[in-house]
Amino acid sequence: MKRFVLLFLWAIALVGIVPALPATAHKPSDSYLSMNIERAHIGGQWDIALRDLDYGIGLDDNDDGAITWGELRARRRAIEAYALSRLQVRADGKACPLQPVNLLVDNHTDGTYAVLRFAGNCPRPVTAVELKYQLFFDLDPQHRGLLNLRTGGQTQTAIFSPAQASQRLTLTSHPIAQFLDFVREGVWHIWLGYDHILFLLTLLLPAVLTRKGGHWQGASSLRQIFANVLKVVTAFTLAHSLTLSLATLGVVQLPSRLVESAIAISVVFAALNNLYPLVQRRRWLIAFCFGLIHGFGFAGVLADLGLPRAALLLALVGFNLGVEAGQMAIVAAFLPVAFVLRDSWLYRRLTFAGGSALIAAIACIWFAERLFDFKVLAF
Amino acid sequence: MRPLFAGVVWWFIGLVWAGAVQATPYLPASDNQVLERLRTRPADPAARELRALRNRLAQKPRDLQLATGLAKRYIEQGRLEADPRYNGYAQAALAPWWNAPHPQPPVLVLRATLRQSNHDFDGAVADLEQARKVAPADPQVWVTLALVRQVRGEYAEAKRDCLPLLHLSTELVAITCLGSVASLNGQAAESFALLERVLARSSTASAAEKLWAQTVLAEMAVRLRHPGLAAPLFKRALATGPDSYLLAAYADFLLDENRPQEAIALLKDHTRVDALLLRLAIAEAAVGAPEAANHRQALAARFAAARLRGDTVHRREEARFALELERQPAQALALALANWQVQREPADARVLLAAALAAQDREAARPVQAWLRRNHLEDARLAALDRQLGR
Repeated sequence: MKRFVLLFLWAIALVGIVPALPATAHKPSDSYLSMNIERAHIGGQWDIALRDLDYGIGLDDNDDGAITWGELRARRRAIEAYALSRLQVRADGKACPLQPVNLLVDNHTDGTYAVLRFAGNCPRPVTAVELKYQLFFDLDPQHRGLLNLRTGGQTQTAIFSPAQASQRLTLTSHPIAQFLDFVREGVWHIWLGYDHILFLLTLLLPAVLTRKGGHWQGASSLRQIFANVLKVVTAFTLAHSLTLSLATLGVVQLPSRLVESAIAISVVFAALNNLYPLVQRRRWLIAFCFGLIHGFGFAGVLADLGLPRAALLLALVGFNLGVEAGQMAIVAAFLPVAFVLRDSWLYRRLTFAGGSALIAAIACIWFAERLFDFKVLAF
Repeated sequence: MRPLFAGVVWWFIGLVWAGAVQATPYLPASDNQVLERLRTRPADPAARELRALRNRLAQKPRDLQLATGLAKRYIEQGRLEADPRYNGYAQAALAPWWNAPHPQPPVLVLRATLRQSNHDFDGAVADLEQARKVAPADPQVWVTLALVRQVRGEYAEAKRDCLPLLHLSTELVAITCLGSVASLNGQAAESFALLERVLARSSTASAAEKLWAQTVLAEMAVRLRHPGLAAPLFKRALATGPDSYLLAAYADFLLDENRPQEAIALLKDHTRVDALLLRLAIAEAAVGAPEAANHRQALAARFAAARLRGDTVHRREEARFALELERQPAQALALALANWQVQREPADARVLLAAALAAQDREAARPVQAWLRRNHLEDARLAALDRQLGR
């Protein structure tokens, strides 16, 4: 309030008060910058007051005192260039270039703001981010940039001012959020990793059948079916958990091309074994031996996600649990259907025999693709 | 999968952040939709003048006269519109000297003015002390220094800084300065009588000087509990030139006199200024007006926005908001105590005592009560609170 008193002596012309306007506040200039960093990817939204943009680069083209959406849209490129050139993001010393995504508007307490959405990518997963903010500081040193940075369920805030235009923020997400993040990645990976699903399904296809005199029949004992499934799933889980851990901890390292090709081979082998049985009673052994290879495949994915050095074990356990959860979901969906249909022609001829042949064919192509590094299939 | 996942996360974050700042981004329906009306139209004479000055300064950014002239114009415009953004523009005009240890006196006075606006009273006093040594004949330096001291409750120093105005400025300016301080420091009745006399014989004074004297006089009458004298003084001052500070003071008087309808009529077109919206909302709540809830929400959003940027200049208003509208006496008391560490005007004491009373924390009020007695501060409302709190 004193600012009014102090300046009494300066008030030369006391003109009337400004006419009544909508109830927006008078406040100092702020921009609201929210950013979300997911590993190497940056998504962002920057709310900048139209009034400040008008003062900085001019928006009111026809000088009528009103800024329309048309006037704002016409200046979109200029706004994006002006704003984004005043925000530098660097991760671990390397620049993360930002690109505009779209332009919206929004209302804040002191008027309408342009909402600039942007995205960017850093060369590597981000562990610490350096931000240099310079918007409007030359025109209004009392301007502040209010940052809301989210990463892995954690929020950090910072205020940029001319005295603190550059700030470094370490991305430490909450351990639980981080853990859940890895669980989620594990589930996604098994669901989208078709080779793992096919391998598992191929091994489970015969679980509801028994072989008598060179022919497949529907199994009659529920207990036997459960034992089959349990043995296969457990063996696969044990094996891939083992190699996943060894590879992630850096004990064993295998070239990924070799691993991926071997995974394709494992699918081919499992499918052919259904058609021309070599291993019958001990299918769990196949699950275990090839499960070791699949574990290396999981490890490759986990490494790509950018492992937190400080929470390696957490990431490993979380990812593995996610993989198991995804796997259980597949078994739970498959088993009742297979059980009901096990005596039908549909299951024994079409699904079991036909399906195995198809899987073998697909896996052969995968193998060739991976070994010789070309692409035929879309998945 | 990654973009999809990131998209979902991003959507969720947008939701939360939007909720935090009470907003959802949207795409306007048509090109003709007006998004914002600029307060000063580019064609306004004042806006054109400021733009021309700004362009000239851009050519010669180190021209001291040009820079201080523009900074002064920005500060005036900001005062007129009660809009703090102009303070930032003024600071930008002074950029070449802003961080200099010993800039010229005109820069020092402007820098002090901007610093006190942000409640950097120590910085303001340091600048003005420096300016006083270099330019002891500049009345602006003395009057600014006296007012900063008065806001901080340093009455002896404030009076000392008013004295040189007796020969450096007009009688009205000097007596307004002195009377304003003395009236808070044990000489209320005498100061009122003296200033009234001097104002009566200063018919040739500038409108700004008269406005200042009339406002100070009206506030003295309020503190002396002379509503019959205060009301016409406020009206005279309003006729001289409406001013945000004056409007707030008059609204407080009307609220104290239990005339909320008149306060609403006075302030209903001044919702942009937080201090005025606060008084409007209090008046509306008193009469049960339907707008009260909206205005209370708007104030809450504005205080939240100020907190986001780390501002503490609104603590007095926020304490009063918490006390009178949100009915959160403990929170109000905490804000009032923090505010008291920075500024010590009667209004700062009042919100603190009232909050302590409401929060039933009499101990928190003791140091302030002692301070009021030590300084012989005469204020009818403060005296009533002091009695209620006991010793």
